[in-house]
Formats: sequence, structure tokens, C-alpha cells
Amino acid sequence: MSQREEILSKVRAAIAPNGNHDERRKNLRTAAIAKADGIIPKLPESKKAIQARFEERAVKADATVVFSKPREVANNIAKYLREHNLPSAIRTGDDKRLKTLLRGYESLLEISHGRTYGDDMVGVSHALGGVAETGTLFMESGKDNPTTLNFLPETHIVVINADDIETSYENLLEKLRDKYGAGEMPRVLNMITGPSRSADIEQTLILGAHGPLRLHIIIVRK
Amino acid sequence: MVEITSPEFKANARLAMGDGQLQQALGHVRTNFINKRAEAKANLDEFDELRDSATAIKDHVLEHLDLYLEKYEEKVIASGGHVHWAATADDACKQILDICRSVGAKSVTKGKSMISEEIALNDALSAAGIEPVETDLGEYIIQLRGEHPSHIIAPAVHLNMDQVRDDFIKHHTHLPADRPLNEPETLLREARAILREKFLNADVGITGANFLIAETGTSVIVTNEGNGDLTQTLPKIHIVIASIEKIVPTLEDMSQIVRVLARSATGQDMSVYTTLSTGPRREDDPDGPEEYHVVLLDNGRSSMLGTEFQDMLRCIRCGACMNHCPVYHAIGGHAYGWVYPGPMGAVLSPSLIGVDKAGHLPNASTFCGRCEDVCPMHIPLPKMMRHWREREFEKHLSPMTQRASIRGWAWVAKRPFLYRMMASASARFLWLLGGVNHRIKSLPFAWGWTRHRDMPAPEGSTFMSQWRERQARDAGDL
Repeated sequence: MSQREEILSKVRAAIAPNGNHDERRKNLRTAAIAKADGIIPKLPESKKAIQARFEERAVKADATVVFSKPREVANNIAKYLREHNLPSAIRTGDDKRLKTLLRGYESLLEISHGRTYGDDMVGVSHALGGVAETGTLFMESGKDNPTTLNFLPETHIVVINADDIETSYENLLEKLRDKYGAGEMPRVLNMITGPSRSADIEQTLILGAHGPLRLHIIIVRK
Repeated sequence: MVEITSPEFKANARLAMGDGQLQQALGHVRTNFINKRAEAKANLDEFDELRDSATAIKDHVLEHLDLYLEKYEEKVIASGGHVHWAATADDACKQILDICRSVGAKSVTKGKSMISEEIALNDALSAAGIEPVETDLGEYIIQLRGEHPSHIIAPAVHLNMDQVRDDFIKHHTHLPADRPLNEPETLLREARAILREKFLNADVGITGANFLIAETGTSVIVTNEGNGDLTQTLPKIHIVIASIEKIVPTLEDMSQIVRVLARSATGQDMSVYTTLSTGPRREDDPDGPEEYHVVLLDNGRSSMLGTEFQDMLRCIRCGACMNHCPVYHAIGGHAYGWVYPGPMGAVLSPSLIGVDKAGHLPNASTFCGRCEDVCPMHIPLPKMMRHWREREFEKHLSPMTQRASIRGWAWVAKRPFLYRMMASASARFLWLLGGVNHRIKSLPFAWGWTRHRDMPAPEGSTFMSQWRERQARDAGDL
């Protein structure tokens, strides 16, 4: 007997020795059932309140947040880099939204494209969306926004559309399901809440463990 | 196998209580974790409803575990990943070694995983000539020291900063010995720089999993440092090692449980990184592993299903039970003598390594009930510890003197007249012994108590006789 069969038969013998497995299969939870049963913390519904809550929670998680008009995104990135004494070189993927926002600002920002191997100081990515409940960003893997940009550079700047900020994780998960199909996922979905940190030495919280030291979020509002 | 010292629990505990350095370090657990969880709970009106919801999800999963495992496996394979089933710790180590050897791996980075501790994976890797590198800061520190985690989410909580500094000076010999290392921050920066090289050079990355999602074939890790993500993103191969009960049905079920996980653990509303991984690198993916493997470990869990210990399989390893446990506060994690400390360890360890070895652990409880109160998954930990005490007694594992005393007590208790006579005599005797202060400084057969503190003396008469007096007085008043 393979180990697979050994484990599965032990499990079956313990929980459903005489079970009709086809019948039992009908009881399995689907996304629809999980959504109907789930407890979703109540939040204010107006767009403005949702965005304000996202900002408040992201800041509570030690990110910095700025609201920006589309044509000011490049300037806001440059300003942030200047304020933190960082060079104006940034690394991004192939995200079309970012390309549009940064087009024409080549004199302000030195932009290179593709994944990083750890020698870039600043990564700039575009988020799929954000969750107001906890100030969490949803980032998809892929060539538009390579996963390495989320983790290797010391400074991570994330651009997000104000309209993509939702109240709950569930709303964004549904969006993901619409985009990839039911039961399908991007290779990696990073749910990110603030910059990396550790409290492993005497429970003293220090920002910047193995991931970014700084997380700056630019919320694009038309 | 990790060396098991659980049978020496009493000696371990005595040493731990006399260890001034450890006691100082444990002070952080007694205050920080408790206050932060309380604050997080207070800030979420739906917290208790979410606990009920999370509990119901896991109960449902355990009743249908075989079917969800099949569904999960099917989805992992469909996304290009591989699934390996491991009945025992040795099986899991062998499978992982085979995968590592397939690419001639020399170095393996590791995200934090208690399952990896349970199967003693580092020993297996080292024996095969493969260097295991722990990358979680706490795990890295204890790996340098040749120790095991003393807490499931804060592995180095038993250490003070000075000890970490000494270890770094001793092991990081390529750096000047007189460099300033007086702040946790400088220590962290040093570890970051050293581990960054290790991340970039590793052949294989191994992580655990907080959840396995059946709907999508996804594994989920929940971390704060970002080390788990670098571990799984940079090398050629990502191996996930997870036990079978980590399954949840859907993405939405995961988000229900995630809402209580970090709040119960560190008191954060959400951990910094919740990462959902599905299969290997895809076409035109610029990064990510070329191979994605999941090792599904049983190692005794299927034997807990259908027993009075099934509820323990709901555990999400948040650590709230040990953060709130007066016994853990007093002795720390290492005294428990195996991988899992605190109340969850006192229930889980006897299931996994046998009550003959870990029988002392469920005895080390005052049954104060705080662990069950704070458990986000409503696991009845004190009740299950009582079950283990019963099993220990049934198997004749408890010492002769203890068994004889319990038998003697039972014989007397079944004879009410005799029992009352003896109880009232001893109440009187102890009252006399208490003197004017009503404290007993030394008591035969109870040295264990009176060596460290005085015993409060009883009132001098039993409840029954006081009740009789009161009845008589009340009747007289009427």
C-alpha cells in the first residue's frame, strides 16, 4: 500500500468507517457556502470612509501613505526618494498602469524593468487592490509586478487605485476569482500589511527584517 | 528524532525555575503577549463570532479530511506541483532528501516551521551533507546555539540580548570582534546581511504552511520578517512541509481563520505577510521556483481522529495558550522536553510521542482554564489534559506511591462517616499547626509546597460541620 493510501484509509477508518463517500462529498464547502457563512467585520460603506480607514490601518502597520492625482505619481515617488536620501533609480515590472503613470518623467526618475536579484534600492509595484479592514495590499506575481520587487529592495513603493480599495479580504478574493477563474490562482498572491519586522530579540519590535525597511503606498485618486 | 527529555520534566522544571537569566527573559512573555492580544480582541467587535466561525470550519474539515486532501492534491497537481505523502517523520525526511539530491543541493534555506522541528529535518539534512540555514531571526539565533525553539511563534524568547550578541561575535568571525552590537537593531542588521547571501545562494527553499487551501491547491504562510518569502522565491525548488490537518476548504475559510490568527498570536490585526502560493513558476514568470513540492505529513495525526483528542487538530499554532499559561510563564518552553511546549504541547506531545514519555506534561497544570479561554479555536485543553491523566493512570504509568494514595483516598471517600471523621480531625490538626498567623511553615508529605512558601491553614472545622452549625443557628433565630 502506498503511503497515500495508508494515510487516507486511516483517516477514513477514523471519521467515516461506513460512510458513503459520494454522499459525504455533497457536504463539501464551496466558496458560495463559505461566503454565506462567513463573519465579515462591519465597516463604513462610503468610498471616502473606506479609503480613510485603509490609510489609518496601513499607517498603524507602519507604512506611509499619500493620496495622489495620476499625473503627480511620478513626482510623489521622486519626492519620497529625495526625502529619504535615496537615489532616483527605481525598478518596476511591465505593469501598463505604472508605465502610463510614469511616461514622460524619465528625466525625474531613472526607471529599469524586470525582476530584481537584490541589487536594486527601490522597487515600485502596482497592487491588485487593498483591504480597508487592516490596511492590507494584494499583490499578484507575474511579469507585470515580479514578486522579488516586493521583498528584496530596502524600499518598496506600491501604487494602488483608490477605487480598488475594498472593505474586506473577501471582496478582493472574489475579484481574483473573476480574473483567474474559479479554483485558479496566480502563482503567488502576497497580502502585505506594512514593512517587514521582527521582535525576536527581547520582543523589541524592529522594522526591516528580511524584507523592505520602508513601505510607501501611493493611492491614486482621479 | 529530536532528543526527548519530557520524561525528565520535573527535573527540567526545577532547573528552569532556578535559572535567573531564563526568568528574566520570560518576563517579556508574561506582559507583552497578553496585553497585545487583549487590545487586538477589544478592537474587533466580531472577534468572538469569528472564533466560532473558525472553529466550525475546522470541525467540518476534520469530518471530511480524506475528501479535502484528495481535492487539494488534485489541484496542486493541476497547477504543476508535486504532492508527496509521508506517514512518519522518517518518511518525510527521506522524501525531502530525495528532492534535494535531485538537484545536487548543497545548501537549503528554511522558513520557520514547527513540522520541520517535529521531523528533525535539520539533522537529516546535515547528515546528508546538505547545509540547513534557518532564516527566521529567532530560529537563526537558536540554530547558532544548537538549541530548539522554546516557543512556537517566538523561538528565541528564552534568550536575552547579551546572549545573542555573544553568539554573533562567536560565530560571525569574518567581522571585527570589537564592532558595536549593543542594540537589537544592530544585531538584526547583521543577521539580515549574512542571511541575504544565504538566500541568494540556496539551491532549495523549505517552508511550512499555516493553511492548505483545497479549492485552489494553494499553500499559505503567515510571517512578519519576509524570510519565508525569500526562502520560497529565490531557489530553484520550493518544498512545503505541512501536516494533513492544515487543510481549509476555500479562500474565504482561510480569511475567517486569518482574522483570529495574528490577533491571538502577536496581537497584530494582520501579520505583515500572508502569502498564498500555487504551483511553480509559470510561463513568462520572471521569478519564483521552477519546482513546487508539498510533503503531506501524518506522523500520528490520523490516530487522533475519532478520539477524544480530535479537537486538538483544530489548532492553528498561534501560541496564545502558552502566552497565557502560568506554568509556561514559570518554566519556559524547553522544560517540556520536546518540540511543542505549553498547554497545546501538553496535549499534542503525548499523542505524537506517547503518554509513556510525555505523561508528565498534562500533569503540569493547575487547570486554571486560561488556555481554553484564549484559544481562538475553542480547543478544550484542560479537558484533554484530564483525558491524558486518565490514560496514564489506566496504563499504570503513574508512580506506585501516587497510585496507592489515590486508591487509599478512594477507599475512605466511599465511606462517608470515616471520611468526615478524618477530614474534621485533619482540619483541626492543621488549624492548630497554623498557630496565630494561620500559616504552616513546614508540613510532612507536603515538603514540595512548604519548601518554597507557607501553606495557609484551614478554618479549623469542615464545611459539613460549619453548615450544621449555621442550620442550627438559623433554626434558633426563627
